[in-house]
Amino acid sequence: MIELRGLTKRYGSFTAVNNIDLSVPRGQLFGFLGPNGAGKTTTLRMIAGILRPTTGTVHIGGIDIATQPTAAKSKLGFVPDRPFIYEKLTGAEFLRFVAGLYNQDGPQIEHRARELLALFDLEEWRDELVESYSHGMRQKLIISSAFVHRPEVIVVDEPMVGLDPKAARILKDLFKEYTRRDHTIMMSTHTLEVAETMCDRIAIMQGGVIRAAGTMAELRANAEAGTAGLEEIFLRLTGENAARALVDVLNA
Amino acid sequence: MMADALPNPSTAHLLSPKWLTARARAGSGERGNALRLVFLAVFGFGFWSFIFFMLYRLLRYFRGVQEIGPLLAGKLLGLILVGFFSILMLSNIITALSSFFLARDLDLLASSPVDWLNLYMAKLAETLIHSSWMVVLMAIPMFAAYGVVYSGGPFFPLIVLATFLPFLIVPTVIGSAVTLLLVNIFPARRTRDILSVIAVLSAGGIVVMFRLVRPERFARPEGFRSLVDFITILRGPTSPLLPSEWVERAVMSWLNVRTDLLPYYLLWSTAAAAFVLGALLHRWLYAKGFSKAQESGQRVVQSGRLAHVSRTILRPFGIVRRELVMKEVRLFFRDTTQWSQLILLAVLVMVYVFNIKFLPLRGTGMTFFLVNAVPFLNLVLAGFVLASVAARFIFPGVSLEGRTFWLLRSSPMSMKELLWSKFWVGTLPLLVLALAIVGVTDYLLQVSEFMMAVSIFSITMMTLALAGLAIGFGTLFPQFETENAAQIPTSFGGLVFMMTSIALIGAVVVLEARPVYTYLSAQAFGTPSTTRDMFIGFGTAALLCASATLVPIGIALKRLENPG
Repeated sequence: MIELRGLTKRYGSFTAVNNIDLSVPRGQLFGFLGPNGAGKTTTLRMIAGILRPTTGTVHIGGIDIATQPTAAKSKLGFVPDRPFIYEKLTGAEFLRFVAGLYNQDGPQIEHRARELLALFDLEEWRDELVESYSHGMRQKLIISSAFVHRPEVIVVDEPMVGLDPKAARILKDLFKEYTRRDHTIMMSTHTLEVAETMCDRIAIMQGGVIRAAGTMAELRANAEAGTAGLEEIFLRLTGENAARALVDVLNA
Repeated sequence: MMADALPNPSTAHLLSPKWLTARARAGSGERGNALRLVFLAVFGFGFWSFIFFMLYRLLRYFRGVQEIGPLLAGKLLGLILVGFFSILMLSNIITALSSFFLARDLDLLASSPVDWLNLYMAKLAETLIHSSWMVVLMAIPMFAAYGVVYSGGPFFPLIVLATFLPFLIVPTVIGSAVTLLLVNIFPARRTRDILSVIAVLSAGGIVVMFRLVRPERFARPEGFRSLVDFITILRGPTSPLLPSEWVERAVMSWLNVRTDLLPYYLLWSTAAAAFVLGALLHRWLYAKGFSKAQESGQRVVQSGRLAHVSRTILRPFGIVRRELVMKEVRLFFRDTTQWSQLILLAVLVMVYVFNIKFLPLRGTGMTFFLVNAVPFLNLVLAGFVLASVAARFIFPGVSLEGRTFWLLRSSPMSMKELLWSKFWVGTLPLLVLALAIVGVTDYLLQVSEFMMAVSIFSITMMTLALAGLAIGFGTLFPQFETENAAQIPTSFGGLVFMMTSIALIGAVVVLEARPVYTYLSAQAFGTPSTTRDMFIGFGTAALLCASATLVPIGIALKRLENPG
C-alpha cells in the first residue's frame, strides 16, 4: 500500500534520508522507530506529500504522489508530530473542514465525527473553540481528523504523545481494528512497548538509512538478540547503548 | 454526500476556516470586546472623517479653479493611487511569503488532496485581503470625497468597485509571483536573503517611482515656464503603464461625465492576464518552492565575532542582564516573522526622508514661521513612526515570553531585570532610528540650531516614553497564545497603546509650541522672550515623558510580580 523506492532527501550537504526502500502491504500496522534525528519525520513528510524527495519515489496504493498528488493524497490521512489546528474553530467544525478537504460531508460525516469525538471523550467539547483544548485533547482531535474521512492509509507521527492512559488504550484498539478492516497504518513512535505489542512489522532507522526491518522475530534474528525485547534490539542495532560514561558527564 | 470521484475541495471550502475564525472572533464574549468595538468605531470614524474632510476641502477648492481644477483633482488622485500601488506591491510580496509558504495550515493543506488551482485561488484571496485591507480603508473616504464634491451619483460606488477590484488583484498576483520566484531561486529557507532583496528592490523602486512622478512640482506652478506648460503637464499621463493611471482615468471620466471604456478594459484584461500567468507559474513552481520552504534553512548558527564582541560589551552588566539582552537580540534576528515588517517600515521611512528633501520650502511665499513649522510637524510624524515601530517590536515583548514564562518564573531572576532588559533592548535601536530620522530630515530642511536642539531633545524624551508605554501596555494586555508576533500589535492592547502614544505626542507638541513660538517671534521680530516660558513648556514636556516612561513600567512590574 505504501511503496518507497530509493527515497533520498538532502538539505544542502546534509543527507536526512538516504536511499531507502520500503513496502508496507495493505492491512498492516507498521512501526517506524529510530533515535532522534534519524530521518523518520522527514520520511513521513515525504510520504504525506509535504516534502519533495531529492530522488526516489513514493507510491500510495500504487499511485505516484509526485505525478498524481491529488489521487494519492485522497487515499491518505496524515497526523504530523506538531499538528496545527485552527484555534478559532470548534472541534466539530475542524472535523467537518478536514472531511470537506476529501470531498466528504453530510449526515454520515456528522455521525462519524460525533462517534469519534465520543470515543475520545470529546463529545462535550465538540462545540468549544480549539483554543480552550488541552494538549491531550488537541492530540485526540487531530487523530480523530485522520479517521473522519476513512482513508485507506494513515501515516501518523508520534501518536501517543500527550494522551492519557485511557485514550492511549483506545487508540491502540482503534489502530488494531482499523488494520483488521484492511486499512494500512504507518506510525513512528518512541514508545517501544507500543511498537512491540501492536505492530505487525517494524523498521528501525538511523542516520537516514533503515538498519533493519521486519517482524519482531526477524528483528531478533537480525540483531542476534535471542529472546530479547525490542528495547534491547533497538539499542543493539542503533549502537545507542555505547553511551558516554555517566561519571564523566556528571563530573564535567 | 460521499464522492467517488477524486476529491477537489473548492476555494470557498479552503477559505472557510478563515471565515469561521473571523466569525468566532467577532462573536466571542471575550473581556473588553464591547469596549474594543467602541474604541475601533470611534477611532475608525475619526480617521475616516479626517481624511474625508481634508480631501473634501481641497477638492472643493480645486472645483472652484477654472480650467486646471479638474486636472489637478485627477492628478492628485493619480498620485495617491501610485502611492497605494507601491504599498500594495510591497505588502503583497511580504504577505505572500507568509500565506503561500510559511502559514501553519499549509502542512494540512499540502497533505490533503487539494487541487493546485483551488489552493492558488484560496491563498491568493488570503494574500489580497491581508495585504490590501488597510489601503481599502484609506480609499473609502478618499473616493467618498471625490464622489461628493463632483456629484458622482448613486452609481459612483459601482464604478469605484469596478476599477478598484482589478487594481487590487494586479499587485496581489505580481507580488505572489515575485515571492514564488524568490523562494525558488534562493536555496532552502533563506527568508532573510529573500527579504533583503525585497527591501532593496522596493526601496529603489518606490523612490524611483516617486522621483519620476515628482509630486512637489505641482505645488510650485511658478517653476513652469508658462501656464500652458503647466496645463500640458497636467493633461498628460503621469505613468501611463501603471494601473493607478487607469483607475484615475476611469474615475475622473465618470465624474466629468465623459465615457471612456478603455481604462476598464485595460484594468480587467491586465488583471485577468496576470491571474492566468500567475496561476501557470504557481502550477509550475509552487510544489518545488513549498518543499524548499519546509527545509529549515540555517541548520548551524555560528556564534561569531559579533556575539563575542556583544558579550564583552555587556560584561559589566552582569550575567543575568547580559544573557537576557543577548537572548532578545538573537531571537529577534532569527525570527523572520518578527522583523519582516521592518522592511516595509524602512522603505516608508526612506521615501519619507527622501521626499522631505524636495519640499518646496524655499522661494517666495515661504514665511519664516512656515519654514520652522515644518520641522515641528516633522517631529509629530517621526513620533507616529516611532510609535508604530514600538507597537510592532517592543509591545509584543512580554507576550512573546508567554510559553517560556515557566523558565523565567522558576529561575531566581527578578521580573524587574526582565522588563528593564526588554526596555533597553527595544529603546536603544528605537532611539538611533529616532535621531536618524529627525537629524537627517532637519539637516535636509536646513533648520536653525534652536529647532535642531528642540527636535533632538523632544524626540529623545518621546522615544523613552513610547518605549515605556509599549512595555507597560504590552504587559497589561498580553497575547500569550499568539505565535505570530505580527498579530500582537493589532490586538486591543495594541490599539490602546497607539491611542495613548498619539495623545502623548500631541501633548508634548502642544506643551512645546508656546515656548518655541515665543522664541521664534523674538528671533524674527524682536518681541520679548522669557526663559520662564521655556522652563515651563519644556520642563512639563520632560516631566510628562519621564512619567510615561516610569509609571507604565512600574504598573507592569506589579502585574508580573502578582499575576493574580
